[in-house]
Amino acid sequence: MPAKRGADVLSHTQHTSYDVVIVGGGACGLAVAWRARARGLSVCLLDRGALGAATSAVAAGMLAPVSEADAGEPALVALGLESARRWPAFAGELEDVTGMPVGYRACGTLVVARDRDEAEALERELALRDRLGLETRRLLPSEARAVEPALAPTLRLALEVPSDHAVDPRALCSALATAAERAGAALHPGVEVARVIIADARVSGVELPGGERIACAQVVVAAGPWSGALEGIPTAARVPVRPVKGQSLRLRDPSGPGLLERVIRFEGGYLVPRGDGRYVLGATVEERGFDTAVTALGLWELLRDAQELVPGVLELEVEELPVGLRPGTPDNAPALGRSTVVEGLLWATGHHRNGILLAPLTGDLLAAELTGEAVVAPAFAPDRFAAVVA
Amino acid sequence: MTVASDPFVIAGRELASRLILGTGGFPRMETLAEAIRVSGTELVTVAMRRVDPRSPHSLADVLRECGVDVLPNTAGCFTARDAVLTAGLAREAFETDWIKLEVIGDERTLLPDAPELLSAAEQLVAQGFTVLPYTTDDPVLARRLEDVGCAAVMPLGSPIGSGMGIRNTYNIQLIVERAGVPVILDAGVGTASDAALAMELGCDAVLCASAISRAQDPEAMARAIRAGVEGGRLARLAGRIPRRLHAEASSSFEGLAEL
Repeated sequence: MPAKRGADVLSHTQHTSYDVVIVGGGACGLAVAWRARARGLSVCLLDRGALGAATSAVAAGMLAPVSEADAGEPALVALGLESARRWPAFAGELEDVTGMPVGYRACGTLVVARDRDEAEALERELALRDRLGLETRRLLPSEARAVEPALAPTLRLALEVPSDHAVDPRALCSALATAAERAGAALHPGVEVARVIIADARVSGVELPGGERIACAQVVVAAGPWSGALEGIPTAARVPVRPVKGQSLRLRDPSGPGLLERVIRFEGGYLVPRGDGRYVLGATVEERGFDTAVTALGLWELLRDAQELVPGVLELEVEELPVGLRPGTPDNAPALGRSTVVEGLLWATGHHRNGILLAPLTGDLLAAELTGEAVVAPAFAPDRFAAVVA
Repeated sequence: MTVASDPFVIAGRELASRLILGTGGFPRMETLAEAIRVSGTELVTVAMRRVDPRSPHSLADVLRECGVDVLPNTAGCFTARDAVLTAGLAREAFETDWIKLEVIGDERTLLPDAPELLSAAEQLVAQGFTVLPYTTDDPVLARRLEDVGCAAVMPLGSPIGSGMGIRNTYNIQLIVERAGVPVILDAGVGTASDAALAMELGCDAVLCASAISRAQDPEAMARAIRAGVEGGRLARLAGRIPRRLHAEASSSFEGLAEL
């Protein structure tokens, strides 16, 4: 869809001045818009494409702070756990105000190993989670297959992660957009931001490609992997976000639900059941810049690994082959909150593999920061990469 | 050769560090950068098929910021044809004639395919590449690779990522003994002592990836393996004592008081 001219936007907009302009209408940008409106701020959100159509639409929607925990990222683990804790109420509130389902499923997760090497690696993961006080349970292959009979008989070991769930990111973004709009946020899909207007180290608005301007005191950059390239922001205030390519398959069981109940994770990928016979098989992790080509190698590797653990995967129909770009930072953690270099510039980007998980917390934290509270931990300060960018 | 002057030279190029780092498997870009810094390495290998060097803030940028040179590799290639094509792409992308040649014969073990490897090496040398082939620990194949003009040979200690160390020290010694080009132990290093052993056996350098990138603390393991390489090299130059069946007292009995 071609981007609308700025004049069209302004003519359809009541105001040309807002408290906050949000650049990017994925799950995190929309959550910030909704939560900022709840605090009484006037909000305008711009996205050059359709809302939730880029990275968020490709995300599988795993809410998996325990499965994804890494010993080298303690602050990120804590952030993920806090957001996971907020998810049930967040989903409930969103469904209440919109009447739309978000596909939140408290289904739990199994992490499975197919041979001795993988089983030993799983034992190490289990020990790490015990050390961190995260609830995981070691299951014998027979126990794992008793709860998920579609798992292959060759299974070697499984870890049960009862608190890691899933949500449908596409349903989530639709509901978030409806909630934000009903709360009074002005949402403008199909409108690109040409640059952020900054003078004397202070934000005064954004400029559209046609030269029109929208005035605002604060800008939130939530443009995912494109956040690093937004014009007008001085080098010292930038966040080094890079695209990390992920290929995946959307599969559908013509005979309905039942193949898998839980999220199944394995070395090289995962299967996420939507509960209605649809499954997401993902995902590659590739450093390929903004390339979004579907490759034979990527699909083959995903299918090869998945069918070894869940042979029934090969009976499913392929609905779609989505490719997405995760916003990655050098330490895998998001950039949240205020720039110390430019007044009025805030970031909600760099969520990498965890954007859907972190959406509720990102909305809450940014809304608080926008109203003058300092709530973001230093580990996520947007300026922590100053040495990398310079 | 003395301990004081001990240059490591491949294809006329002198390197201060005898550790070459692989970039696969690091949990974070930042961790990779830190491991590179503390390892002291000057040469870092990158899988050409997995990387787009033009992408901002990606691997190629991180390596540039670290000030290390890139040694592209042909990981993921199963035929000589694919490897030669991939090497050509790497030359263009990274502006280097150096190529770490990998031609894999089997998915499960990732062991080299000897005939395809030799064929690819011959073609790439003819095209002007500086070829560093990843090979089995077969002394005859190593010799053949040298004969077709490879600038070094890179025998495995054990399969890639297995961390099983050097399974056949005799073969590595045979390769070292006959080689007229540098011998770089590639694959199998699991911890610092494996790297030290490789250097004690007379290898000129060690390439290491998973042992560092998948360690619980990659930065600490990078320091450890650097120390292993340096210790092993010093020990090789110092000359170890022969192994004996019986004890030999370290202090002489001469000059002791006769009581």
